[in-house]
Amino acid sequence: MSDWIDIGALDAVPQRGARVIKTTFGCVAVFRTAEDEVYALDNACPHKQGPLAEGIVHGKSVTCPLHNWVFDLETGQAQGADEGQVATYPAQVAEGRIMLEASFLQLRAAE
Amino acid sequence: MTQKIIVIGAGMASGRVLEHLFDNGADVDVTLFNAEPRGNYNRIMLSPVLAGDQTYQDIVTHDDAWYAERNVTCRFGEKVSGIDRAAKTVTAENGDVLAYDKLVFGTGSNPFMIPLPGHDLDGVIAYRDLEDTERMMSLGEGHKAVVIGGGLLGLEAAAGMAARGVDVTVVHIMPHLMERQLDEAAGYLLRKALVEKGITVKCSANSKEILGENGKVRALLLDDGTELPCDLLVMAVGIRPNVALAQEAGLAVGKGIHVDDQMLTSDENILAVGECVEHNGALFGLVAPLYDQAKVLAQTLMGQDAAFVQKELSTKLKVTGCDLFSAGDFSEAEGREDIVFRDPARGVYKRLVIEDNIVVGAVFYGDTADSNWFFGLIKDKTDISEMRETLIFGPAYQGGEPLDPMAAVAALPADAEICGCNGVCKGQIVEAIQNGATDLDAIKAVTKASASCGTCTGLVEQVLATTLGDDFVMPTAKPMCGCTDLTHEDVRRLIKSKELKSMPAVWQELGWKTSCGCHHCRPALNFYLLADWPLEYKDDPQSRFINERKHANIQKDGTFSVVPRMWGGITTPDELRAIADAADKFAVPTVKVTGGQRIDLLGVKGEDLPEIWADLNKAGLVSGHAYSKGLRTVKTCVGTDHCRFGTQDSTGLGIKLEKELWGSWTPHKLKLGVSGCPRNCAEATCKDIGVVCVDSGYQVSIGGAAGMDVRETTGLIQVDSEDEAIDVIKAVTQMYRENAKYLDRIYKWMAKVGIEWIAERVNDLDERKALVERFELSQTIYRKDPWAEHVKDKAESYKPLADFKKLEAAE
Repeated sequence: MSDWIDIGALDAVPQRGARVIKTTFGCVAVFRTAEDEVYALDNACPHKQGPLAEGIVHGKSVTCPLHNWVFDLETGQAQGADEGQVATYPAQVAEGRIMLEASFLQLRAAE
Repeated sequence: MTQKIIVIGAGMASGRVLEHLFDNGADVDVTLFNAEPRGNYNRIMLSPVLAGDQTYQDIVTHDDAWYAERNVTCRFGEKVSGIDRAAKTVTAENGDVLAYDKLVFGTGSNPFMIPLPGHDLDGVIAYRDLEDTERMMSLGEGHKAVVIGGGLLGLEAAAGMAARGVDVTVVHIMPHLMERQLDEAAGYLLRKALVEKGITVKCSANSKEILGENGKVRALLLDDGTELPCDLLVMAVGIRPNVALAQEAGLAVGKGIHVDDQMLTSDENILAVGECVEHNGALFGLVAPLYDQAKVLAQTLMGQDAAFVQKELSTKLKVTGCDLFSAGDFSEAEGREDIVFRDPARGVYKRLVIEDNIVVGAVFYGDTADSNWFFGLIKDKTDISEMRETLIFGPAYQGGEPLDPMAAVAALPADAEICGCNGVCKGQIVEAIQNGATDLDAIKAVTKASASCGTCTGLVEQVLATTLGDDFVMPTAKPMCGCTDLTHEDVRRLIKSKELKSMPAVWQELGWKTSCGCHHCRPALNFYLLADWPLEYKDDPQSRFINERKHANIQKDGTFSVVPRMWGGITTPDELRAIADAADKFAVPTVKVTGGQRIDLLGVKGEDLPEIWADLNKAGLVSGHAYSKGLRTVKTCVGTDHCRFGTQDSTGLGIKLEKELWGSWTPHKLKLGVSGCPRNCAEATCKDIGVVCVDSGYQVSIGGAAGMDVRETTGLIQVDSEDEAIDVIKAVTQMYRENAKYLDRIYKWMAKVGIEWIAERVNDLDERKALVERFELSQTIYRKDPWAEHVKDKAESYKPLADFKKLEAAE
């Protein structure tokens, strides 16, 4: 049984945008696409730790603001010639609220 | 034994129930109540009645004779005032008490009226029944109407009235029309079609108040202060199941009247059907499931086994002559991909949403011919991996040609302007080609197209290619990005000639290959649109690089730098104290003097930005735009104020220039310098635009650089007065804004169009004046402090959405 934590209102994150969640083990970026899908990824590019939440969101991808690495929001996998992966966490929208599975706190604690 | 059945509500669902009962020879005695003073008519067809294509008589489903033949006791115009479930009776408004064996609720729904101030004024109506329709029909030519609600009903009301010559404005709260059935791109096409019918469409518009005069509606007031005058205001924002009577009778009611699979309510002798019911948490508005329910309800009454099953639904609509189709789930889920097809020439947009090789959703606009086939794929969960490549072309087209990258140019009408400098339309170019001008130079010679600034060269070549076919070999031009085959120059030109005023308009009309662009094209398009349509286009922060979105420069560790503006490089002890205080308060690790004569606070945390800005704002400091593709600084020397060599007030001119130009967005950063004499202490001749003061006036030069490339400026003009210098600089800036490729500094743009072309325009006083006017128009929107605006309206968005660190610490 998964445990979902209410993070905040969907409307608090702009479409094609992101907001950050602070945890003891670093920040998680919550993305909202133009289609109102939400994704949660570690807010650090594997290249130079760029804050992905500040990147441009296009389709189901985000471009890191520091050096333009592009990541698939679903898998966290770097696209194109770049190699690397960002941790992803289950996220969903329920009745206009963004819900993250509680594992995003625990998984990070285990790292 | 004959069953006594009382039906409350003569709508489309209950009408269908009666048809089933009588067609199957059920032994029933029916009494039919209806609050409307008439029997069953096809409510869906009210729109054609409104538009004048049909009359009420055409849409009557059951007339008096129909009821009479079936011995239905009609009590039209009468409401039911109460129900006694224990006694199994209903009480009519006039006090009659009637016994029933079975009672059927078909009470339908009520239009939702937003409780805005003034919603009870005369002339504020819903769009639900014949009375509303007649009210709209009676409005007459030349009158004004406002429709609140950009859903199906609202748009049909708008189109119907517009067809009768009424001046209609649609006000919709969401960013695009029919957001529940359509995505952004299809919403854009629909909007375009409505605008072509003369309807004004306002999206993202919040209604604030309905204004009246002598108890009658006069106008709708939006929360941005806009007043929309109207003689009639139609609210079409949604419907609510009509459950009041059921609730009074003590039936189980949620959003609608609860029914089971047999359409029985919580009372075994009472059934319900149609828009008033709630089945497994769902409400129903489309006619197909209502008819399914009607059939089940009739079977239940006749003692047959039947169960209502909710089906996958598709919506195939014709809104005001535009074909729309949507089905399945085209939003909100993970693991999905899009296949997008756009045909700008026909105004067609198709999008399929694929998950695990199965089509799960579809949105079509303009061409819905194959929609049933696609709906079948969705319902049957067909594996489409074999036909994936050609899937979007439909069943008849498996294995076709690849998309034509020149479709956008081929689709241009003959009067679309290709060359803005010389006012040459596509038709003239085609004519020249047909008369033998078969290469670019010949076209230039005959029509002058692309003979001036040259930015339309790519388009002229495409016209050549589409006209000559294989006889013309296209030179390879670098496309803007992977989303399109068009170059930056092509896109800029087409935004102007096709009057594309929104991002979805560009994506659709120019055949973008992705659903919403990428990080290369979106910032460029955002700039092109705001530069060309300053009043119509609204800046999109989500299409901006982080520095411009958060009005600060991101640093390698994710912190930001804050640079307040120092007009012309002049500051005061008070400003310096405020900067020092801010640096202390926010523990700024590095304070640096910049090359543009101001002070940079480096290492500020993103979430502290609004607070530090608020502090700086209090001391009168505003954003220095040190992060923008826009005006950065105007560097000055002290000029005649103090310097023994100064010839003019260079500091004063620098400050004036900075006050005029600040806040403007340009293709790349824009740095100015004003030196008070040819010794050039402000280094004006390596700036994008430089002014060197001399005894006889002001020498303006452009296209310097001191970055990766180092270049001296090229002289543009010498003028006599400060005012002229300011006008010239505004004109050049505007020309650069209107014509250059995104991320070209002035020197790169100048190399493409030539200094002569720029000088010619600036020297032409009429053209200079027009450029200055367009620049000023844009500045009415953008010449303001973004820091103050963000402190006021957006401070919350700089904070984390949630902070578990704090929570844990608190525990």
